Amino acid sequence: MAALFKARRALSSFFTGCRSLSQLAELPETHQILRQTCRDYADRELSPIAARLDKEHVYPAKQIQELGAMGVMAMEVPEELGGAGMDYLAYSLAMEEISRGCASTGVVVSVNNSLYIGPILKFGTEEQKKQWIQPFTTGEKVGCFALSEPGNGSDAGAASTIAHQEGDEWVLNGTKAWITNSWDASAAIVFATTDKTLKHKGISAFLIPMPHPGLSLGKKEDKLGIRASSTANIILEDCRIPLGYMLGPRGSGFKIAMQTLDSGRIGIAAQALGIAQASLECAADYAHKRTAFGAPIGKLQAIQFKLADMAVAIEGARLLTWKAALLRDSKKAFTKEAAMAKLAASEAATFCSHQAIQVLGGMGYVTDMPAERHYRDARITEIYEGTSEIQRLVIAGQLLKEYQL
Amino acid sequence: KCPRVSPVVTLCYCFVSPQIRVKPDNTGVVTDGVKHSMNPFCEIAVEEAVKLKEKKLIKEVVAVSCGPQQSQETIRTALAMGADRGIHVDVSGKDYENLGPLQVSKILAALAKQEDAQLILLGKQAIDDDCNQTGQMTAALLDWPQGTFASEVSLEGDKINLVREIDGGLEHIKINTPAVITADLRLNTPRYATLPNIMKAKKKKIATVKPADLGVDLTSRLEVLKVEEPPQREAGMKVETVEDLVVKLKEAGRV
Repeated sequence: MAALFKARRALSSFFTGCRSLSQLAELPETHQILRQTCRDYADRELSPIAARLDKEHVYPAKQIQELGAMGVMAMEVPEELGGAGMDYLAYSLAMEEISRGCASTGVVVSVNNSLYIGPILKFGTEEQKKQWIQPFTTGEKVGCFALSEPGNGSDAGAASTIAHQEGDEWVLNGTKAWITNSWDASAAIVFATTDKTLKHKGISAFLIPMPHPGLSLGKKEDKLGIRASSTANIILEDCRIPLGYMLGPRGSGFKIAMQTLDSGRIGIAAQALGIAQASLECAADYAHKRTAFGAPIGKLQAIQFKLADMAVAIEGARLLTWKAALLRDSKKAFTKEAAMAKLAASEAATFCSHQAIQVLGGMGYVTDMPAERHYRDARITEIYEGTSEIQRLVIAGQLLKEYQL
Repeated sequence: KCPRVSPVVTLCYCFVSPQIRVKPDNTGVVTDGVKHSMNPFCEIAVEEAVKLKEKKLIKEVVAVSCGPQQSQETIRTALAMGADRGIHVDVSGKDYENLGPLQVSKILAALAKQEDAQLILLGKQAIDDDCNQTGQMTAALLDWPQGTFASEVSLEGDKINLVREIDGGLEHIKINTPAVITADLRLNTPRYATLPNIMKAKKKKIATVKPADLGVDLTSRLEVLKVEEPPQREAGMKVETVEDLVVKLKEAGRV
């Protein structure tokens, strides 16, 4: 344990002070073993099936259960509730390795950990934690997070889903859109307005089991990428739930959503890193093997420059992700860093997957090689859990506060 | 009545890179910078030991690795899989380059006596040198029975029932304890360490010993004369008929 803290202090002083980069080269030993374990799992169990899962739009139920048994579906949850009791740095490492194997599996893991379990862990009562977290740690059940609506995504404060009280029940009406895991989930956190006049301060968060009378699912979206995870509308028509299913105080829904997304961004950044890393490895491997003009194409400067640019983009985004995770683990403010990580990582993912196809040439355009799947999987990382534009607003907002303008 | 045996599992720390190059001076292969990790057959051995402990047939699983500082990684992985404690036999530099099955067997025999082990579980062979000797030599040095290429192990009183994979099929044997068992591919499927166990592994102890402490002489009885790459694969040849093929094969001395 002492070694872990010493390593962490060394890491955090690198970020705040000026120490040599070599101190960051060594993650704490537990984290190294964790990373290797997840990598082994991804190489053996996810990579071989990722193409089929994507082609057939199949939810990886068996793999999610295996990951649950390892503790990956509830990494931050304390052991008493069935989780792994690890920190967010560990979570980022696990997310990257899993997404490197299969990005769809990665998003299922991320949504369960950050968007579903995360807010309940932070804002739920002890009773709610037992009821809504414990069964969701094993991979048998996963949860989802319903904030966006057909009429508003980035404009989360304009929620039009309504919850009104009728006796000892809440009654919800409205439609939520783009909900990841919806068709495979056993519970949802739904954001609805309990007082429209208070605008975003009138939004509250609710826990709804699935299936449930009054809750139905729209058609599964036919997406460009991450096709093994289900995305659909959640339709609420006089959906009745007990008063005790409200999460956190009334009117705190917007705050819960924003804080949850802060952490979720670190998970998505890690997912994007995994996709980017997979693209780089695909391209570098091909550069060794493919010969043109009498030599492996890796000898050509044009290819070398691409690989170098990809590696720099990934490493920079990775360090930002780790920094955000470490700040969160030290209970320091991490909103700006999380937004920077998600922005950098998602743009690195789209850049790297684009360049990987270029390096592979014609082979990059066909399904025989994974490059085209990485390209399709990467695209969504710039959109969900806060578009790149929103991330820029968040970063600028924090910066301007720092410079007191 | 089940025996309370305490086994020792030995782990190989070997290189697992798919691309191996011979050193320019032909004395061996390049190992610097090559990825090393636990030998796959040793993973199976650890898994078997942990399973026996979970069935309460054995008391304690001790993971052992011989090698430089980095080989402690494999011990930590074994601890994360469920081993109780580890012993790192520190061998580095020239001694490590010369470390072969005979030396490792001597170390294991000494440790087995020191730890009063009743069962030694190893992988059948390391995937870097493919020697397939350590288990057999260790049993001989200790004068213990051996069950090699095990695909099934079950403890029955103070005896062990084993199924061995041999060229002719499957052989069923019964051996006394204490014994040495080497694991073959189909013995089990090793588990992935769970995250809570990875955390717990940090608290488990790894003791470090030197071969000299065990009274083991590491001098090699072998001298490597030369290590060469296999001949480069040459282009094939197309023939028109089966008769031509047979003629060509005879010419090349292949039939």
